[in-house]
Amino acid sequence: MTESTEDFKNHTRRTLFIFASVLCGTFLMVGASFAPLRNPHMNLVLVLVAACCNAFIVAGFLMHLFSERKMIYTMLGFTAFFTVMLFALTWIAEHDVPQVLVR
Amino acid sequence: MEIPYTVEARPDTGVYNAKLGVWLFLASEVMLFGGLFSAYVLLRVGTPPELWPHGWLNVKLGTLNTVLLASSAITTLLAWAALKVKKFNHYRIYHGLTLLLAVAFLVIKSTEYNDKFHHYEIVQTDGKIADGHLVEKSADFDLVKKTGEVTLHHVRVVEKTEELADLRHAKPPGEGEVKIAAANIKKMQNYGPYHNNYLGIYFTLTILHALHILGGAIVIAFLWGPGSKMWKTEPERFTNRVEVSGLFWHFVDLVWIFLFPVLYLT
Amino acid sequence: MVTKMQSTTHATPHFQADHGHGAHHHDEGFWRTYVFSIDHKVIGIQYGITALAFLLFGFSLMLMMRWQIAHPGISIPLAGPLLEKLLGSVAAKGVMSPDLYNSFGAMHGTIMVFLAVVPLLSGMYGNYLVPLQIGANDMAFPRLNMMSYQFYFIGGIVMFASFFIPGGAAQAGWTSYPPLSEVIPTDGQTYWLIGMVFLITSSLLGSANIIATIVQLRAPGLTWMRLPFFVWSQFVASFLLLLAFPPLEAAGVMQLMDKVTGSSMFLPTGLSVGGKIANVAGGGNPLLWQHLFWFLAHPEVYVLILPALGIVAEVIANNTRKPLWGYKSLVYGSLGLGFMSFIVWAHHMYLTGMGTTIATFFQTTTMIISIPSVIILTCLLMSLWGGSIRFNTPMLFALAFLPMFGIGGLTGLPLGFSASDLHLHDTYYVIAHFHYVVAPGTIFAIFAGIYFWFPKASGRMMNEFWGRVHFWLSFIFMNLIFMPMFAQGLAGMSRRMSDGGVNYSASYFQANGIVAAGGLSNNIMYLNNTILWAAVGLGLAQIPFIINFFYSIFKGPRVTSDNPWQATTLEWQTPTPPGHGNFLTPPSVYRGPYEYSVPGHPVDFIAQDQPDKAKA
Repeated sequence: MTESTEDFKNHTRRTLFIFASVLCGTFLMVGASFAPLRNPHMNLVLVLVAACCNAFIVAGFLMHLFSERKMIYTMLGFTAFFTVMLFALTWIAEHDVPQVLVR
Repeated sequence: MEIPYTVEARPDTGVYNAKLGVWLFLASEVMLFGGLFSAYVLLRVGTPPELWPHGWLNVKLGTLNTVLLASSAITTLLAWAALKVKKFNHYRIYHGLTLLLAVAFLVIKSTEYNDKFHHYEIVQTDGKIADGHLVEKSADFDLVKKTGEVTLHHVRVVEKTEELADLRHAKPPGEGEVKIAAANIKKMQNYGPYHNNYLGIYFTLTILHALHILGGAIVIAFLWGPGSKMWKTEPERFTNRVEVSGLFWHFVDLVWIFLFPVLYLT
Repeated sequence: MVTKMQSTTHATPHFQADHGHGAHHHDEGFWRTYVFSIDHKVIGIQYGITALAFLLFGFSLMLMMRWQIAHPGISIPLAGPLLEKLLGSVAAKGVMSPDLYNSFGAMHGTIMVFLAVVPLLSGMYGNYLVPLQIGANDMAFPRLNMMSYQFYFIGGIVMFASFFIPGGAAQAGWTSYPPLSEVIPTDGQTYWLIGMVFLITSSLLGSANIIATIVQLRAPGLTWMRLPFFVWSQFVASFLLLLAFPPLEAAGVMQLMDKVTGSSMFLPTGLSVGGKIANVAGGGNPLLWQHLFWFLAHPEVYVLILPALGIVAEVIANNTRKPLWGYKSLVYGSLGLGFMSFIVWAHHMYLTGMGTTIATFFQTTTMIISIPSVIILTCLLMSLWGGSIRFNTPMLFALAFLPMFGIGGLTGLPLGFSASDLHLHDTYYVIAHFHYVVAPGTIFAIFAGIYFWFPKASGRMMNEFWGRVHFWLSFIFMNLIFMPMFAQGLAGMSRRMSDGGVNYSASYFQANGIVAAGGLSNNIMYLNNTILWAAVGLGLAQIPFIINFFYSIFKGPRVTSDNPWQATTLEWQTPTPPGHGNFLTPPSVYRGPYEYSVPGHPVDFIAQDQPDKAKA
């Protein structure tokens, strides 16, 4: 961890770099949403990709997830899995409806 | 009676109590917002594409708020780093900034809400829809008695409500004021959560998020003010508290990073 | 705190009330000691008392409903006039109106699940026992622990208060499916949602606390595979609460928005209420609520059963005087159960027009989850083999738990297949199935635990004879209540009918000239009467327990040892009752949790904190 003043300066510099990248990510996000692309779905995908990058930086560097303990990874892994399951299974259930109406 | 591992990490797990506690709490928060985002997606795909609103929110204000929250995340990190090198005064400055940024975020958010509650969609008796911001209602305005009139500005007049759905590339609304008599109004509704499901889930998500900001700001204010006495007696434990409150704050920032694109940009 | 307590060996009991503990009361004052305490044991007892009161309350709601089912439209004896006085026109002349029946039904479920059984298992047992069994002096976050009880209490008050508002409590069932729950024009549902938000917050704080305590505060030497099975069950159940409750909180907030601000996230387009198109924007998704609700409510079933299995495992190991059979299978079984329980939820929703692909998925996972359940039950049954069993009251309840849980679990299989579920859905068969799991299952385990740990918490024993009376009467009446419901359900009797099915009975059809095949036969209808009197009997059977409980707190025989059941786990190695801070000296653990009848050892149990002879 940052114990000496020298380390602290490095840390500050690195933090400012992270800040700059988050700002870039934000403006990329906005830019991607207005970019005149042929397929409007591409805008959506690009925006979400930029958002994920931003989230990656925040979670990884600011929340120190890149250097966290195994136990925390395990717990968050299960959480992520269940979130995906909640989303995916609900999605599939909502879209898997009988096509032929039985009267 | 001392509870162990409040300051130092337990050797076999590698974390101190509060850190594990806050990560457990954040895991449940992931599920909370996970549930809400699923709801958002299902409501969105359940709506006919031509009816789902786009460009209803002020992207400039949204971007500004994103930048404000990102900055506050940085000041939070710097505040903690300052404590790590025992610079308490720096800590006070950085976390003071965090608080100011949080307040600025909430102020901007509330002006956005205010804007939505002054934004009316008026279905007229001739079937045309006038959509604009309320300037004033005349003193005798009454929809039931059909008396008085209402004044709007920045008005769009359209034939069908679908034309109001996608405003990303629409022409800017007219500048002048428009007066509509109550006798000509069939239905008048502002852009509250009842207006449609986009606004419903928008208000639900952003109000919950704003409540998280408020809660986090209260904790940070406590650690900035009265709670900082602990720095004198138990500096390491205090640093830990700042770290875990920071983790929560970063998470709130993380949620906004997804809220901003799904609500403002797509 | 430790210095104030007298130091003695484990063999003799320490009556803390007279010495160190008493001094402690003096230090903190009444309010800090009993009301705003941060001691996990006091909080556990607060949870216990509040939740037992709600358990009784929820039961009496049901008793009144059973009268209405068996004798629809006839004034309820004894309770009727009181109801009319308290609630007014919904109970005019002491007769339960259909609206009131709906309120009572919805609140019976809500109270039993969220205000009684979960707080008893996670709140009372989790708080009181987990720190003791892992050798910790308190929970990891004592103040948070106090807060979670307070949130629970506020949530309970909100729920209780909703009975007395105009229009009464929520009426849309404990599942609160929209659109029904949102279009009922009274405020009961709003109170329900606000109450739920408090209860969910309380559960989230409590479960994070229990997990952090188990992970961080285990005594030296207490490795994961030396944890008593009860601690494992609490660990898994807390994870279920932590990760499954938030989606319901999200859904609850959305329904609150719908109900309060008039949004329509759960209200579909073209919704007609009372023959008129509702004045809402529409476009909402009512099925979304069901998904988010059952994403919690299915794991909730395992929150109700896992700690109960943990209690039963402790009681069985202690009273068979031998190690649990297949400890590791139990642990991995409960972990598997916890994991699978997140991906089975939509088997509650086969009737919603679900497609075959996703139904197949959920049928498969539902069948898979029965495997760990059977593993756990088998291990507990095998543990009995060859033991010299002590048939005391806790053991009787624990033994009765096994077949009752077995019946409950096995009758669930037809409900897990969509083909048979379509017929059985929302009939009394379902009611019988899940009550067999929770009522003679979980609640018997709760009783077993109360009789078992009472001497530790109070320093006195409960009366054995009246305990047995309580057990045998409860056992007989429980089965008389729920067994007939299987028959009623298979015959097609629907749940949630305030007239108990009269309108669908064969005799009603004949009397009104309705030409329809079948109708509920007289025999099936007569069972309503059987169930009513069995329920009354079950209520009466609780009187010995209630008297025994309070009498024993003050007048029961004092325990002569800190370890009256000669148990191995750490909670019995504390003073009786344990003071604030629990252990006289911080314990170290040298062995597994169930070292009973070890060959060559002079007594038939070795406590976990007893060092090996070689090392001693």
